[in-house]
Amino acid sequence: MNESEDRRAKRPPGPTDIDDPNRQEAPIRRSSDEERVRRAIQREIEADRDEPRPAPANTMEFRAANVVALEHVSLAFEQPILEDVSFNARAGETVTVLGESGTGKSTILKLLLRLLVPDRGKVYIEGEEITQLPFNDALSVRQKMGMVFQGAALFDSMTVYENVAYPLREHTTLSEDEILARVREKLEFVDLDPDRVLDQVPSELSGGMKKRVGIARGMANNAKIMLYDEPTSGLDPLTTGTITHLIMKLQRELNVTSVVVTHDIRSAFRMSSYIAVLNNRRIHFFGTPEEMTGNSDPYIREFLGGF
Amino acid sequence: MQGNSYIICAIESGGWRIGRPDSPVVTPNHFHLLDRFNNALKRKIFALQEYFVLAGKSIGFIFARPFYGSDIVQQMDAIGVGSLGIVLLTGFFTGMVLALQSSVQLKTFGATMYIGRLVAASMIRELGPVLAGLMVAGRVGSGIAAQLGSMRVTEQIDALNTLGTDPIKKLVTPRVLAALIMVPTLTIINDFAGILGGNVIAAAYVGIPTSLYWRTVWEQIAAGGFSLRYIPHDFIHGIIKPLVFGGLISTIGCHFGLKTSGGTEGVGVATTRTVVTASILILVVDYFITQVLLAFLGS
Repeated sequence: MNESEDRRAKRPPGPTDIDDPNRQEAPIRRSSDEERVRRAIQREIEADRDEPRPAPANTMEFRAANVVALEHVSLAFEQPILEDVSFNARAGETVTVLGESGTGKSTILKLLLRLLVPDRGKVYIEGEEITQLPFNDALSVRQKMGMVFQGAALFDSMTVYENVAYPLREHTTLSEDEILARVREKLEFVDLDPDRVLDQVPSELSGGMKKRVGIARGMANNAKIMLYDEPTSGLDPLTTGTITHLIMKLQRELNVTSVVVTHDIRSAFRMSSYIAVLNNRRIHFFGTPEEMTGNSDPYIREFLGGF
Repeated sequence: MQGNSYIICAIESGGWRIGRPDSPVVTPNHFHLLDRFNNALKRKIFALQEYFVLAGKSIGFIFARPFYGSDIVQQMDAIGVGSLGIVLLTGFFTGMVLALQSSVQLKTFGATMYIGRLVAASMIRELGPVLAGLMVAGRVGSGIAAQLGSMRVTEQIDALNTLGTDPIKKLVTPRVLAALIMVPTLTIINDFAGILGGNVIAAAYVGIPTSLYWRTVWEQIAAGGFSLRYIPHDFIHGIIKPLVFGGLISTIGCHFGLKTSGGTEGVGVATTRTVVTASILILVVDYFITQVLLAFLGS
């Protein structure tokens, strides 16, 4: 054994090993990583196995008015994006819109927020038709909803505190003390330590923390409707689990109605009351996760293939 | 000769055959050059319309609640105080080179004592506003476009909309207002630095006493004539121009910034477009403002 090999054998493995062209222990380490992640996911799934998933409120007694509804909505820019899309979410339900990338999933959220107006069809929020609302009234409808963006979309010129406080400062007459109390409450709800993150700017946060702050900002106004755009994309499996968990916690503890747009089937199955599958500009399937697993439609089977 | 028989253009069954006889027939349906021109024209006109709507709204919102006072102060700091250094530097050196060049020309007529008049006339009426405008376009216009562009591509503009805030009111109006206030202010500073630079050269190289230099500067301002008895026409020229330039730079930067699409590459495109468009417009609009002001003021 020559000297350099000897030294490598003694040195504890560290990040500098990546530069080492003769590195041999890498495959072994990667597989142990996988093992660790798999175990963690397993633990996490077992942990909330007993938690009730938001049950579809489809008995007549529980059937509340549609909180969110799209009715025969069509939209085209240069080419058609959505055609005759209808679905609804009742109070306290979580509806997930699944679909391949680029099928107009996020467009649905923009329609609900009236950032876009459909060419045909109607959009209802809490029973009110918002399609033809003038701009100023649309602003007030948007305040009923909390939106969590794919990349969190935190204002990077502001601190975490200012970000979460933004909707409160903009639309309420709360005093500065009340705002601080509300911001702390929301940050604690999303499992962040307020004392640590309040004065940080978004660029100092990790992807998962940004998402949490984004959720805290979305719910700061005590919104009863939450919209999530790809809440788990770009996150590692563990963080994906915790964000999914958080969405369920919001639904369970605050009874918010949620519309989630995602292509993450695993988290969709965990948190949804209903799943809508968007394919070829139309709603291909709408039903409970159980109905989806039992469905024999070839596209659905293919979609579930990896699950 | 077979195989070499070219037909440049033949009309055939309602279409054109361009090139070789076996090349495909181009029917009017495919030959959509006119269509493309039409669409491009429509897009341009639509973009122009969007720009004017944005500019109109941003100025209208100056007088509408809620006021974003801290944003305005912050933008005034970024646009005004941030640009002070380069404006002082460019103004000072422009004044120096003006004095140096004119001393050579005026010497042949034995009229070097009029250096002050020449420097003042060029700085206050033309170079001050245009130079300050171009500097601010490069430094601030690009900054506005890049900032709003990255806010657009990271969905922060959508987030503002979602949180019930009008992005034009929150982002565009403070920038436009700050530019309307700060570009004329910077121009005055630029003029002053330029005349001071001329003073240094006149005193050091040409031997014109400072008191004589400043007297000729004032002579020039007075010679331009006055409006309402006390306001020199030179000052009217020198203030209206940067006011217009400030509005142009900020609204163009915001327009291209908010319209950004296509990720980080789009941000670069928006920045470049802003600087190019604003710089060209400053020079073109400068001519027309001068023309109009001369017609109204007479000098």
